[in-house]
Amino acid sequence: MTNHAGSAASTPKVSLRGITKSFGSNTVLHNLSLDVATGEVVSLIGPSGSGKTTLLRCVNLLEHIDDGAVLLDGDEISAIGRDPNPVRRRVGIVFQSFNLFPHMSVIRNITLSLTKVLGQSHDDANAHASGLLRRFGLSEKADVYPDQLSGGQQQRVAIIRALAMRPEVLLLDEITSALDPELVGEVLDVVRELKGSGITLLIATHEMGFAREISDRVCFLHSGSVAEIGSPLQMFDSPSDERTRQFLRRVMP
Amino acid sequence: MARGLHRRTGHQPRLTQRQQHERQQRRRSSLIAATSTLVVLVAVLVLVPRMPRWDRVKQSFFDVDQMGDSFPRLIDAFWLDVKIFAWTTPAIFALALLIALARNSRSPALFPIRALAAAYTDVMRGVPVILWIYLVGFGVPGLGIARPFNSPLLWGSVALAMTYSGYVAEVFRAGIDSVHESQRAAARSLGLSSTQTMRHVVLPQAIRRVVPPLLNDLVSLQKDVALVSLIGPIEILRQAGIDKSKFANFTPFVVAALIFLSVTIPLTRLTDYLWQRERRRTSGTRVAA
Repeated sequence: MTNHAGSAASTPKVSLRGITKSFGSNTVLHNLSLDVATGEVVSLIGPSGSGKTTLLRCVNLLEHIDDGAVLLDGDEISAIGRDPNPVRRRVGIVFQSFNLFPHMSVIRNITLSLTKVLGQSHDDANAHASGLLRRFGLSEKADVYPDQLSGGQQQRVAIIRALAMRPEVLLLDEITSALDPELVGEVLDVVRELKGSGITLLIATHEMGFAREISDRVCFLHSGSVAEIGSPLQMFDSPSDERTRQFLRRVMP
Repeated sequence: MARGLHRRTGHQPRLTQRQQHERQQRRRSSLIAATSTLVVLVAVLVLVPRMPRWDRVKQSFFDVDQMGDSFPRLIDAFWLDVKIFAWTTPAIFALALLIALARNSRSPALFPIRALAAAYTDVMRGVPVILWIYLVGFGVPGLGIARPFNSPLLWGSVALAMTYSGYVAEVFRAGIDSVHESQRAAARSLGLSSTQTMRHVVLPQAIRRVVPPLLNDLVSLQKDVALVSLIGPIEILRQAGIDKSKFANFTPFVVAALIFLSVTIPLTRLTDYLWQRERRRTSGTRVAA
């Protein structure tokens, strides 16, 4: 049932091999396997509780898996006792609830990890952050505090904050779910711009139209495993799994 | 925030019936408040002097000559209170922060430190301040430590700092716990270590939130500094006691109380102001009536 499509030629950027994760007696991910190629955009869709968020959090080691392995460029990052910090520099995440640091200005939100983790000088970090803010039309918000921004602006800053670390993989965890409908567009525009830049994107989303448009492959999760995976065309127009069909009927009437 | 601003600037705009009504309501509330205050004040001023022994009380508690005589000595002695306060405060904050961080450590290897920190706060908050000042202030110098490290003043204030750090540590801990886990997740996901996360992301937010309760503890500390006098140092409370015995008059105590108030009231007002500001910021729009 699980279909490992994609680039067989080279090592996958991210490889999940039979991962299992439980919280107490609740098994959230069940022997789940998924390979994502370098530069590929993969969307995770599925009902609430199907394990999308947990899957993403396992990739950047915010959660420890119970069994299986997570590989980054063929290197087992989920190995016991491994320092998660170097991995997290390479794998960024953007959260549903933005999670900007409220006591820091926008630019400081972005430069904190550049100076403290990458050891950049304040000048270098500021220049880099300013450049990104300019690129995404947020220059005039550099010295503003998060509370003074709209939800859409906050989420764009959160994306920039993750991008500033120049991650190889970016995990987007339902980044538009907490936004007013008219603000969704500006955030998705930022993601559109990232596609094709070489960054690998793993996107948990409820925006079916967006998933269809941006994804190289769409992955339907059900009860913690991959029920079906394929091209957007195949997934949305002729899904083969009954559960995928049912889910899509419910969310796309 | 901009509420009411437009009304004051420029010309008087016409008020709607609703606004007129609300303005009337506000005036009525102020009038009631002013009247009730006045009634209480007059009652006190009229009734107290009519008490049968008022003359005696006035003589022994409010003797104006005695006030003038004691005041310079008391102010001098108060200087010692200020000094004790000034050096215990940073010690308390540093110690309390250390204990709060120890209690918040998550590493299993640090369990003994966590347990020790928990025991410390339990003991410090469980023993009356005076008792602790006696025990440490007399006990430690009794070990025969060389001068100047055997002064009861030093160890008395150490005892005070120990007790207060127990309370303040709990305030810090509450602040740290109040920072949402998602803030830690965001910081860690950017590659910050747990120490960096605590220092740059969690603590700054935690401390900001607990400034009002911390100031509250400072107000309280200012008064409790006087307790150190019980083991010898002549600070204001003790000086007032000496004056009382010498002149057989309680007025020095009243003067001492006024001196304390002249410092604690401004600090209390500041605490209140910061409290209100924090409340306004975090609790959203107030409901109308």
